[in-house]
Amino acid sequence: MNIFFLLAPFSVLLALIGLGAFWWTVRNGQYEDPDGDAARILIDDPQDAPLPRV
Amino acid sequence: MAVTYDAAPDYSAFLKSDKDGGATLDLLVKGARCAACLSKIETAVGAMPGVERARLNLTSGKFTVTFADRTGDPARVMSILERLGYPSAPYDPGLATAAHDKEGRRLALALGVAAFGAGNAMMFSVPLWAGLFGQELGPSTRTMMQVLSGLIGAPCALYAGMPFFESAWRSLRVGRANMDVPISLGVLLTLGISFVETLLHGRDTYFDAAVSLLFLLLIGRWMDHKLRSRARSAAADLLAMQAPSATVLDAAGAQHRKPLSEVAVGDLILVRPGERIPVDAHVESGRSELDNALLTGETRPIAVRPGQVCRAGGLNLWGTLTLQALARSDDSAVAAIARLVDAGAQSKSLYVRLADRAAAIYVPVVHSAAALTFVLGWALGLGPREALLRAVAVLIITCPCALGLAVPAVQITASARLFRKGVLVKSGAALERLAEITHVVFDKTGVLTLGRPTLVDPVPAAIALAAPLARASAHPLARALADEDPGETLAQDVVETPGQGVEGVIGGRRARLGRAAFVGVAEPSADESEFWFAFEGDTKIRFAFHDAIRPDARAAIEDLKARGLTVEILSGDHAGPVAAVARELGVDQWRAGLTPFEKSEAVEALSLAGQKVLMVGDGLNDAAALSKAHAAMAPGTALDASQNAADLVFSGEALGAVVTAFDVARTARRRALENFGFSALYNLIAAPAAMLGLINPFLAALAMSGSSLAVTLNALRMNRAGR
Repeated sequence: MNIFFLLAPFSVLLALIGLGAFWWTVRNGQYEDPDGDAARILIDDPQDAPLPRV
Repeated sequence: MAVTYDAAPDYSAFLKSDKDGGATLDLLVKGARCAACLSKIETAVGAMPGVERARLNLTSGKFTVTFADRTGDPARVMSILERLGYPSAPYDPGLATAAHDKEGRRLALALGVAAFGAGNAMMFSVPLWAGLFGQELGPSTRTMMQVLSGLIGAPCALYAGMPFFESAWRSLRVGRANMDVPISLGVLLTLGISFVETLLHGRDTYFDAAVSLLFLLLIGRWMDHKLRSRARSAAADLLAMQAPSATVLDAAGAQHRKPLSEVAVGDLILVRPGERIPVDAHVESGRSELDNALLTGETRPIAVRPGQVCRAGGLNLWGTLTLQALARSDDSAVAAIARLVDAGAQSKSLYVRLADRAAAIYVPVVHSAAALTFVLGWALGLGPREALLRAVAVLIITCPCALGLAVPAVQITASARLFRKGVLVKSGAALERLAEITHVVFDKTGVLTLGRPTLVDPVPAAIALAAPLARASAHPLARALADEDPGETLAQDVVETPGQGVEGVIGGRRARLGRAAFVGVAEPSADESEFWFAFEGDTKIRFAFHDAIRPDARAAIEDLKARGLTVEILSGDHAGPVAAVARELGVDQWRAGLTPFEKSEAVEALSLAGQKVLMVGDGLNDAAALSKAHAAMAPGTALDASQNAADLVFSGEALGAVVTAFDVARTARRRALENFGFSALYNLIAAPAAMLGLINPFLAALAMSGSSLAVTLNALRMNRAGR
């Protein structure tokens, strides 16, 4: 049973990290331009088109 | 629309100042679709001096350019885009900021939190469910699982439920109950009861059910929002393209590009060929012909010369005109139509959507059932706690997943399907209204016909003679003539006389193309739908033009009639051409020579007579009627104001899009009704079971996700609808 008290909080913690990452992507505007992002990976020289914070 | 910026008008009124001393320009760029376009545009504009950053949003077509200081030149950016082959228009700085999608972000965050909560609360619920089936689970372990499930589930449910709670509260304050009232009540009661049960070491807690219910509902809510925001941004784009811009000349003769709202009475305005007249004005200098087809439905170009008055909305065909403004934009003839459109849009917003109509029946029934369960349970000897638990079980099990999820799922599948067929649906409500129509009203010019002149009885030999001269002119009749010929030779020394014709040298011989009088026909007719051509001193050749009917118009009208709909034509054009089109298409009911106001009155009269009218129109003269009609469609070639007033916009030549849209809308309605039927059936079984206390947390979770899955799968069957 002791292992439960270690694993349960740990799994919740992992999920919280995932939620935090999702939160960050939304706040960061990463879903604003799905078509553009799909096209941008095809363009060379990424240093010419730096990713700005939207 | 080819607009040149050679004289570089001043666009600085469209710059938005930033806090740090820079300035931002928002442009709508048309035609950029691929990675190559993206990098071409960003590299070219980014390399301009003074440009700090240039970023194009490929999804919305919005191009944001940030300048290092406030002296940035929007006209240069636009001329670079023009040279690259992408027409652009500046967004009004006031409108651009409102477009930011805050609501979408909030729903996405709520969805993420609900997904996290559902998954993790479920983790602690699985042992609880196992305990229900007689597996070993001591009371203290059970309480611990319940506490953990509640610690995760309750805060998540409270956060994810906010969109529903707020909407329910708004609706309750005005004394109505929408779908969010039973949802909010169900979720809050469930959380409260589960909390009390946990404290009392009871058996049934529903934390996981509450949060996973919200997760499923938020999916539906988010889809609905996506559909509406795509339509809204399409509408905003139209507003931008309508370009609040007029070229105003100052005392020194310099050109300034100004938002339409800043044009004052008495201002001198420059209108180039291909541009629209921005406000009611009289002609100061220059001669040209105006195409008023979108304004009045009349197909013939109207000649204008100094001293004459021209109405806002007319398209300048070939000469550059200098006008003096007679009215502000708000007082122009167009604005009166815009006000009618607004009034129509308001009456449309009173439409009660399918899901809300279902809610009006559903809410009282379910809530009385829950109340009855509590009262009867207590009266028949259950403890108050047990009676309340059963009442809450009724609320949870009947929570309207089908209504919250299935209708948006049907509508987003339907509109995605129509989108692939070239029809843009502006809202889910538009689809519901389209499915109800009984009567179809068509405008003639630009809807049943192509809205541009086509040569009657083309004779290739004659066309080949005139084509070199026709190619040198921008006049629509000359363009139509040039389109008929595959050659590429151009006439030499071409001189164009606005309102008359073109003169030039073909193969060493002088020739003229244009109006009868210009070419020197002995008995000039006043017919403006014909062009004459002659070599100097040679035989004169006549070219007659008419507005050709869309190739599949007849088939489309027959299809509509086969579906039991009645068809009518309302046109602003003269009786002759309208009668001819009506006869050719087999339409018995038609009216000609209508003003925009008469058109909208005619549509209103039809609605009062009990008809549900679908209006298909493209002109400014249709905009008011479009907004008055039960449902409205406009072709992609329509004037922006009409596209704004319409619920659906179809691209391409084929009128069959109207039939397809109607079919898909009807199928969508059928799927939605099937889903309602399914959830009614499900509730008929589940609600009595909950009243009898047969439902436990495991069954509740299973039934809820099962029914959601079933209605969603049914919605996806949409994909086969329509031709």
